[in-house]
Amino acid sequence: MGSGRFFGGVHPSYNKGLADSSAIVEMPLPERLVVFFAQNLGVPSQPVVKKGDEVKKGQVIAEAGGFVSTPVHAPTSGTIGSIDIYPSPVGVDAPAAVLVPDGKDEWFEGCNVERSSEGLGVKKIKEMIHDKGIVGMGGATFPTHVKLSPLAEKKMDLLVINGAECEPYLTADHRLMVEHAEGIRDGASLFATVIGVRNVVVAIEKNKPDAIEVMCKAVVGCQGFSVEAMDVIYPQGAEKQLIYTLTKRKVPAGGLPMDVGVLVQNVGTALAAYEAVRYNRPLIQRVVTVTGSGIREPKNVLARVGTRFEDLVKFCGGLEGDAAKCINGGPMMGVAQYSLDAAVTKGTSGLVILRQEEVTQFVSDACIRCARCLEVCPMKLNPSALSIFIEKMRFEDANEYNVMDCIECGCCAYVCPSRRPMVHHFRRAKAEVRKLQRKTG
Amino acid sequence: MARKDLEVLLEDNMEGKTPEEKPAAEPTHEKPAPRPGPRPKKAEVGPRFVVSSSPHMHDGRTVSQIMRFVIIALAPAALYSIYIFGLDALRVILISTASAMIFEAISQKIMKRPVALRDSSAALTGLLLAMNLPSTSPWWLIVVGNFFAIVIAKQLYGGLGYNPFNPALVGRVVLLISFPVHMTARWVTASRFGTDAVTTATPLSQMKESLATLGHIDIAFGREEIFDLLIGNRAGCLGETSVILLALGGLFLIWKRVISWRIPVMFIGAVWAMTGIFHLFDPAHYIDPSFHVITGGLFIGAIFMATDYVTSPVTKKGMLIFGAGCGIITVLIRLWGAYPEGVSFAILLMNAATPLIDRYTKPRVFGAVDTKAAA
Repeated sequence: MGSGRFFGGVHPSYNKGLADSSAIVEMPLPERLVVFFAQNLGVPSQPVVKKGDEVKKGQVIAEAGGFVSTPVHAPTSGTIGSIDIYPSPVGVDAPAAVLVPDGKDEWFEGCNVERSSEGLGVKKIKEMIHDKGIVGMGGATFPTHVKLSPLAEKKMDLLVINGAECEPYLTADHRLMVEHAEGIRDGASLFATVIGVRNVVVAIEKNKPDAIEVMCKAVVGCQGFSVEAMDVIYPQGAEKQLIYTLTKRKVPAGGLPMDVGVLVQNVGTALAAYEAVRYNRPLIQRVVTVTGSGIREPKNVLARVGTRFEDLVKFCGGLEGDAAKCINGGPMMGVAQYSLDAAVTKGTSGLVILRQEEVTQFVSDACIRCARCLEVCPMKLNPSALSIFIEKMRFEDANEYNVMDCIECGCCAYVCPSRRPMVHHFRRAKAEVRKLQRKTG
Repeated sequence: MARKDLEVLLEDNMEGKTPEEKPAAEPTHEKPAPRPGPRPKKAEVGPRFVVSSSPHMHDGRTVSQIMRFVIIALAPAALYSIYIFGLDALRVILISTASAMIFEAISQKIMKRPVALRDSSAALTGLLLAMNLPSTSPWWLIVVGNFFAIVIAKQLYGGLGYNPFNPALVGRVVLLISFPVHMTARWVTASRFGTDAVTTATPLSQMKESLATLGHIDIAFGREEIFDLLIGNRAGCLGETSVILLALGGLFLIWKRVISWRIPVMFIGAVWAMTGIFHLFDPAHYIDPSFHVITGGLFIGAIFMATDYVTSPVTKKGMLIFGAGCGIITVLIRLWGAYPEGVSFAILLMNAATPLIDRYTKPRVFGAVDTKAAA
């Protein structure tokens, strides 16, 4: 396997030591859960419950709204208290069901039953992955069954299980690999079967030597499996950069990994898929790293989907007095929360709480054209020029300078001495360009 | 989910409403008067946080830190100029830096911009201009130069980040054209090495004179002369003299990743290569390339002026082109121009080409589809 080194990247302070040695702990059921109906990228799911309904753990509460959509399941047994608009962790208010647990945590009929995954057909596996609501758990929440359906003309030859976890602070995937290596491996085998590839690489950054060791042991004797230790550089775990590091193949601009015959799945997704197929367990819980200097006891928490951030923070000892920023996800790409009212979704990999002194104010001083952003942009864009265009509302020019290829990794803003809010500009430009494209045709 | 369905669903299932209130079997889509938008949440007491776009981390580098690095890199050469030219050099540096900062503050006040002396960019411009002046400069000359540098070349264009031309060089060139006598005819050799400060010509103008009067180069360029040039025992601006210290400052900036090697190396390399070719063919009329490299303002220009962020390209290829262009224009002026030295003009001319260079050296996006192959 050729090992490349992608262009650009940065070395932020990783601060993973806060939580990387604490084992995953299951959080007791909170008083209420707020389960959002839209838990995947693509088409939102259709609610099938109403206020007052009794539901069992694992029962479908929202059905898939189309092909690029997945069902949502009740994370425990209890009563639907209400359905209302709640602040979602990605910044928009969205409809959600409030589930009041009855404390019995009773499984829905047929769920959590062990069965053999031997000899299951491709179609059946994909169906189960869809029915159990599996989505990409690295944060994007793209429905997994869709990713497992590459176009027939694409010749797939490699499955990458992404355990890079290049975001600073986060240790959820790290702990998963240390504690559930076999499950991840078996989930990977399922994916490999579905897309018909023999080669599976588990890709891990070198700052997780224990995870590399455990994964290596787990794949001993598995034909086609290997573990790749990668250099520590952000954004090593970004799909296109990861594929380049491992294979030197470049995903074409605007294209998908399947264009170069590769499928990338997160380690958490692999484990969730394994549990879905083997135990008929829907995706109703996930590991969330609650960490940062603003939280008293950083932990890797196994939390039910719907766990409110407030409860999560309480479980981790509460906030430090000068906690000033709360981020859903990692500090490079995560979404800042206004309050602790939002709740865990299938894509919540972490809750990072920073203190006042660590909060960076992006003030948008003039660009001094120092070119540091060009040096770090892993997509080889010219963020400096882009941000100047966008400030002047020149979105066509931004498009010509490939703003649509921006992966929003935040490297440019991370190094900008003028503290310009680069990613904010680029998100805006992408929306404006899409609007223009719709208009013209 | 259709918008209307969602509203109905919410209407029926909100908190404080019991399911019995819902009329049985009524087709939900006929419900009148849909709720106008999401209901505002009751204000709950809980912690509130700072909200901003990602990323939420920063490497800590600031504009003023960068400016300070450049000042530190320039400091050895500046101190050395005081050592060799005496207190006159200190006088030039102080007047220049102070007047630059005063002009900056006044113009920012008048233009109702935040006064940003703390970013040190004005101090740096003042220091750079001082390094481009002879130690004999009268105080008014320095002040006029800084007026053009800060007010005309920088603040009128919009301040730091918006100036198309290097402010210090604009200041220097205005003085060079307007007050040629003060700027070029009153050189003193470093007093530290001679008995007194003697009025004399710079090595480059000596060369030009000997070409004009004798028709060929008549300048000794042996080991002793090279040594003198390297340690700064010659006439020139404050910053022209100590090639070694300027080079050390450049290495410091490259080490600290403040500047890239591209512009200085291409600039100096182009001067050396081009003058080298002429020297090979006609040594009587074209002096040794090393003489061109270590005389004049080449080092301070290539390391400290051409690398000015705002006025030089941001792309890697662009930096190479910019550096080479500066070198070529410098040689053209030195060999055939009216002035003995061309570094300042060369950089300013290339400043004008910077937007164009950036445009034509746009980096190819990762995974760019090769249009030629597709066609």
